[in-house]
Amino acid sequence: MSIFIDRNTKLVVQGITGRDGSFHAKQMLEYGTCVVAGVTPGKGGQTFENKVPVFDTVADAVAATGANTSVIYVPPPFAADAMMEAADSGISLIVCITEGVPVLDMTRVYPYVQDRKARLIGPNCPGLITPGMSKVGIIPGRICTPGNVGVVSRSGTLTYEVVYQLTRAGIGQSTCVGIGGDPINGTSFIDCLEAFEADPDTKAVAMMGEIGGTDEQQAAEFVRAHMSKPVVGFIAGQTAPPGRRMGHAGAIISGSAGTAAEKVEAFKSAGMGVAQRPVDFVPLLKERL
Amino acid sequence: MNIHEYQAKDIFRRYGIPVPPGDVATTPDEAERIARAYGTGVVVKAQVHTGGRGKAGGVKLAKTPADARAAAQQIIGMQIKGLTVPKVLVTPAADIASEAYAGVIVDRGSKRAVFMVSPAGGIEIDEVAATMPDKIMQLAVDPRYGLLPFEATRLGFFLYKNGKLARDASKILRQLWQAFTGSGGSLAEINPLAVTTGGDLLALDAKMVIDDNELDRRPDIAALRDETAENPSELAARRANLTFIKLDGNVGCVVNGAGLAMATMDLVKYYGGEPANFLDIGGSSNPEKVINALRIITRDPNVKAILFNIFGGITRTDDVANGIVAATRDAPLNVPMVIRLTGTNEEIAVQILQEHGFSAMTDMDEAVQKAVRLATGGKAA
Repeated sequence: MSIFIDRNTKLVVQGITGRDGSFHAKQMLEYGTCVVAGVTPGKGGQTFENKVPVFDTVADAVAATGANTSVIYVPPPFAADAMMEAADSGISLIVCITEGVPVLDMTRVYPYVQDRKARLIGPNCPGLITPGMSKVGIIPGRICTPGNVGVVSRSGTLTYEVVYQLTRAGIGQSTCVGIGGDPINGTSFIDCLEAFEADPDTKAVAMMGEIGGTDEQQAAEFVRAHMSKPVVGFIAGQTAPPGRRMGHAGAIISGSAGTAAEKVEAFKSAGMGVAQRPVDFVPLLKERL
Repeated sequence: MNIHEYQAKDIFRRYGIPVPPGDVATTPDEAERIARAYGTGVVVKAQVHTGGRGKAGGVKLAKTPADARAAAQQIIGMQIKGLTVPKVLVTPAADIASEAYAGVIVDRGSKRAVFMVSPAGGIEIDEVAATMPDKIMQLAVDPRYGLLPFEATRLGFFLYKNGKLARDASKILRQLWQAFTGSGGSLAEINPLAVTTGGDLLALDAKMVIDDNELDRRPDIAALRDETAENPSELAARRANLTFIKLDGNVGCVVNGAGLAMATMDLVKYYGGEPANFLDIGGSSNPEKVINALRIITRDPNVKAILFNIFGGITRTDDVANGIVAATRDAPLNVPMVIRLTGTNEEIAVQILQEHGFSAMTDMDEAVQKAVRLATGGKAA
C-alpha cells in the first residue's frame, strides 16, 4: 500500500486561512487528498473553497469530522502549540511544515507528542505523498508516479530532484517522506525504514541524508540488522567545510563527527548501495528491483 | 547567532553567575585607559566569532597599561580563521588555583538539552572527551521539569570534592540553565570555570550560541548581533534573506533549498570543479532575491562561472527568470552563466529567458558539467 498516509487519511489543515495554508490546502484538494477540516482560531463557522468547514480548535474539528491526520502551516511562534494541540486532540499523524521553530520548543514538543502516542513528521519538512492517492504537505504532485520505491529524505528540493529523476526513468514511488532538516524532529530515518520494511508494496528504498549528526549512521545500522529490502543512500554536503551550518540547522559538521565520508562509509559497511550523484539512484535501484 | 564573550558574560552576570569585571575596547587608547583604571595586570582578549583565539595569538597578558595598549594594537584588526577581530575585552588578570568545564548544549541524539561538566577545564571539551572520557559527566535535562536541584548537586560534586565548592558550582549550574533557556541558547559554556586562590568560583570565559529561530521573539538578544564581526558577503546575504557561505572555488552556485544546494556543490566537485559558495535562495523566491544573490556572487573575484540550479516547487521558476533578467540589465555579467531550471512555471521561465538572449537547461548533471567547463577554461569535465 504505502506508509503513514493512504485512502483512510482524513486531514485537518491547521492554519488553513493563512497564505501558505490556503494555497497548499487547494493543491492537496486538487491532488485528491481527503481534506475534511481546517482550523484557524476565530474563523470557526467559515467554509474554505465552498467545501471544507473551518473550526476554532482542533478538538472541534476532530469531533465534527473524525480527522485523523493534521498538517501545520502556522507561523513559527505558534507552531509548537499547534503540534501539541493536535496531539492532545487525538490526531495520530501530525505533519509540521513550518520552518523556524525554536529548538528548545522542540525539546518540549517531542515528549508531549510521544506521551500521546502520536507520530510527528517535521518540523521544517515538505511533508509526504503517496502518489496517486494522497498528499499531505507541499511536495509537487506532478513529479511523482505510483510505484514501489520508498523515498525518505532530510531535504525538500533535493527530494524533488531525486523523485523527478526516478519518475523520468520510469521508477514509481510507494510513499515519499521528507523528515525535515532540523536538529530535533519527530520522525527519524529509522522510523521510515521500519515502516517501508513492513509495507508489502515497497520493494526498495531511496534515502537522502546530509552532513551533521549521526542519524544516517544509526539508519545504516538498522538496515544492516533489520532490513530485508535493498536500500540505496546518498549524502549531501561532501564539500561542506567543518563548523559551518549549511542552511539546515542540523547540517553542521562538528569536530570529527557528522562528515559525509563517515556516513558514506556507514552505508557501505551496511551493504547499502551508495549514490554519488542524485542521478545514480536510477541504475542502483534498477539493479535491485 | 554567535555572540561575543563580553556579551555572554553580561548575560551570565544578569543571572547571578560570578564573572570577572571587564570592558570592551575598539582602539589601543581605550585598552590602555581601561587597564589603567583597573590598576592591576590585565588580560586582553580578542572578541571574534571563532574558537582557537589563544593559539592564534588573540589573548595576551599585559602587566602594565602600556603593555595592554601594545597587546590591543596587535590584536585589533588581526585575522583569526578568516575573520577580522573588531574589538578586545580588557579584564583584570585573576590568580587561579584550578580550572573546570561546565556547559549545556541541545543534543539531537537525546532530543534534550544536555549538561556536560568536567574537572579538566581550560582545554577544548572535545579534547577531554577524546583523551579522558571518564572525566566528563553528562546529564540530559527533562524539559518538563528543567534542571532539578539534586541534579545540579550531583554535577557539582562530580566537579569538586570540597562541599562548599560543590554547592557553589551547583548554584552556578542552575543559573546557567536559567541563562541558557532565558536567552534561547543552543549552547552555553563556561570554560574555564576557575577556582581562585581565594577559594571562589569565577566564570573566566563565556561562550553562548543563540538559536536563530529564537531571535524574533527576543529582540533584546537579537540586538546583540555584531555586524562588524561578520564576513561582509555573508552579512549582505543575511540582510537579503539568503543563506550564503563563502568557499574557495570558482563556480558560483545559486540554488533553492539547502539539501539541493549541498548536492549541487558536491556535483561541481564530482565533475572536477570547485564551488565558490553555498547559496540557498530559500523556498519562496521573488526576483529581488535573485538580484541580490547575483550581486553577492559577482563580488567574489575568484568566480569564473555562475551556475543556477532551481527546482521549482514553492519557488516559481518564472520569478527566478525575471530576477536574472533584471539583475543582468542593471549590471551586465563579465563571467559566463549556466541556468538550469525545472518545475513550477518552467515554460514561462524558459520563454522569458529566451526573449532576453539566455538559454535554459533542464538536466542538473549537464548544467553542472557545462559550468565547470566554463570555469576551468575547458580543462576539467
